[in-house]
Amino acid sequence: MATQQQGEIKYLTPIAVDTKKKKYCRFKKSGIKYIDYKDADFLMKFINEQGKLLPRRITGTSTKYQRKVAQAVKRARHLALLPYVADMLK
Amino acid sequence: MLHQYETVFIMTPVLSEEQMKETVEKYQKFLVTKKAEIIHEEHWGLKKLAYPIQKKSTGFYHLIEFKAETSVIKEWEVTYKRDERILRFLTTVLDKHSLAYNEKKRAKSRDKKKEKEVQE
Repeated sequence: MATQQQGEIKYLTPIAVDTKKKKYCRFKKSGIKYIDYKDADFLMKFINEQGKLLPRRITGTSTKYQRKVAQAVKRARHLALLPYVADMLK
Repeated sequence: MLHQYETVFIMTPVLSEEQMKETVEKYQKFLVTKKAEIIHEEHWGLKKLAYPIQKKSTGFYHLIEFKAETSVIKEWEVTYKRDERILRFLTTVLDKHSLAYNEKKRAKSRDKKKEKEVQE
């Protein structure tokens, strides 16, 4: 029988513990004050594959700018720059 | 109240080049008669729509930035609605941040044009 010490597991390399990266608001950081609804490529960063808005929880945008992002995406949708519904957008 | 507005409209792809120019001209003239000041114009050309509108999958986009009285806008939107050549339109008021943004964007494109001229 192999000698195994009770309750003690030894690793050769330390386990990679996920160090949480602090999220930040990209608009606050880079000083963007106005979000252009005509720039569809930029707004793509804030929607998922189905064309739905991504929550703040994921993008890290502050409340103030999330409202502006939402407004811009909705305007872009109206002008058919972004789809209302989509599948495999990215 | 005087405000600066930005309007984007989509024209049907059925129009010929001439008809399209005529449509744009009609709106420019409208603004002139209403004593509005046209600040900037952009023609994006034929673009693919993200979803079909009135069974059309493409459209001519045109953007006009202008300064006008608030009362003009209502009439402006009515003319859009009556026009069969227009698929979609959007008029927005520009606040100080968007004004700064547009100004910056224009300055950039102007610089690029200058650079091109210098190179030529």
